[in-house]
Amino acid sequence: MKAGSNLEKILSRGIFAVTGELGPPKGNDVSVVKRKADLLKGYVDAINVTDNQTAIVRMSSIATSSLLIQMGLEPVMQMTTRDRNRIAIQSDIFGATALGIKNMLCLTGDHHTFGNQVDSKNVHDLDSIQLIDCVRTMRDNGTLLGGEEKIEGEIKIFIGAAENPFGDPFEFRVIRLAKKIRAGVDFIQTQCIYDMNRFKEWMKMVRDRGLHERVHILAGVTPLKSGGMARYMAKNVSGIIIPDEIIDRIVKAKKPAEEGIKLCVEQIQQLKEIEGVHGVHIMAIEWEHMVGQITEMAGLLPRPKVE
Amino acid sequence: MIKAEQKPMDEILGYIESYNKILLSGCGACVTVCHAGGEKEVELLSYSLKMARKKMGNPIEILEITPARQCEPEFALELKEMVQNVEAVLSIACGVGVQTLVRHYPNTPIFPGLNTTFLGETVIHGIWEERCQACGNCVLGKTGGICPISRCAKQLLNGPCGGSSNGKCEIKKEADCAWQLIYDRMKNLKQLHKLEEIIPAKRWGIESRDSGLRRIVREDLKV
Repeated sequence: MKAGSNLEKILSRGIFAVTGELGPPKGNDVSVVKRKADLLKGYVDAINVTDNQTAIVRMSSIATSSLLIQMGLEPVMQMTTRDRNRIAIQSDIFGATALGIKNMLCLTGDHHTFGNQVDSKNVHDLDSIQLIDCVRTMRDNGTLLGGEEKIEGEIKIFIGAAENPFGDPFEFRVIRLAKKIRAGVDFIQTQCIYDMNRFKEWMKMVRDRGLHERVHILAGVTPLKSGGMARYMAKNVSGIIIPDEIIDRIVKAKKPAEEGIKLCVEQIQQLKEIEGVHGVHIMAIEWEHMVGQITEMAGLLPRPKVE
Repeated sequence: MIKAEQKPMDEILGYIESYNKILLSGCGACVTVCHAGGEKEVELLSYSLKMARKKMGNPIEILEITPARQCEPEFALELKEMVQNVEAVLSIACGVGVQTLVRHYPNTPIFPGLNTTFLGETVIHGIWEERCQACGNCVLGKTGGICPISRCAKQLLNGPCGGSSNGKCEIKKEADCAWQLIYDRMKNLKQLHKLEEIIPAKRWGIESRDSGLRRIVREDLKV
């Protein structure tokens, strides 16, 4: 075991994993964290805690992750390289592991100009692949990046990263995954999948290189709430592809939200059948109360208890 | 070359509002090429400032000069006599040129008339784009001759982020994704395998601006 987290135990036993996502509050209101956590409890194996996603200032990922641990849930602390240089990154990893955080997702982060602090200076001292390498060095060598000095204590982290099969250039996406694996990543969560054909094509490229045997891939899904949301995401979010037939299906549905959930469940069932997909990452953005229903309908409950 | 754009008129007028006689100095090098601070722009800006001040009922006298390269001491010194005859200098050279005047004329206020924007190239006439951030350790040999430090919004060294779509950057839709350009070029050169190599964390703190004032000393050239 690299970190001994619940997520690591589930994946290493070959159980189909389920992760969820929690966006911290835009302030210090702990009741928001508690409410969302309660909605996810029992339905997922670990919960990603976003790090100022879309560059909107929120409660820190470390603090929120620590609160989740107090509430009896397992966090996957997301960390971006947008806001921290390698001094802050490594210091935060010391602190996070001291607080009991065992999973971490290494990200570059959404560009700061999407957020509410557009005048800020972005950092990008490291990129996400260099961040993976940094965490692996801390964990496996017991030293800091580029240093010989031994770390006081042990850094036990199950290292994750994101991959987006829907970004361009398409063929580069597998090269990038291979680089992340070489840098030391243990699990991957993908961007939300709607274009199943493209995802299958990507997974084939992954299998052709044998990468599915070297990393746990969790396929990302986001239930669509309405035709408007589907259209907006398809048009405005770079790196998300929603095929027209899916948009049509949600737009034409009598009850679009119900249809969105049904579609999401169908997607999970299709994803379970793809060789090399080891789990699913459900990003129900501000729709956390549907995760119970989605996991129930997809036959993913009860979540196993592993020791 | 260095690219620059003129500052807003109100800002320039604000700098010089308490002076009645100034020198407006352009530069015959980079800022002439990007039409921001050459002889022609000196003439135009001088005229506009005089008109504006006249309208305010507070006319100003402006001397004009455009040395070949304001950032070189020998050319900066050509301004000496004129500087002695004015209350302040407005420079429409780049930020380097402004500071060369500051170094040589300690008793005269010197103000910038341009915003120095980037090191770039002419894409087509009238369009310039950033190409270099003078990071101090060129990576072009590893990235197919296309610089992700100046051309990727996140300065990624190991491939594109998830926001690269149809060849464009999600931050600025008119900008090409640097990593798409790198990928296309390497594919064309049949060198895609080179992109499998992990480029390690860059030594910003030793090689770049973050190390403090950067300086080149060439003993063989010193006089």
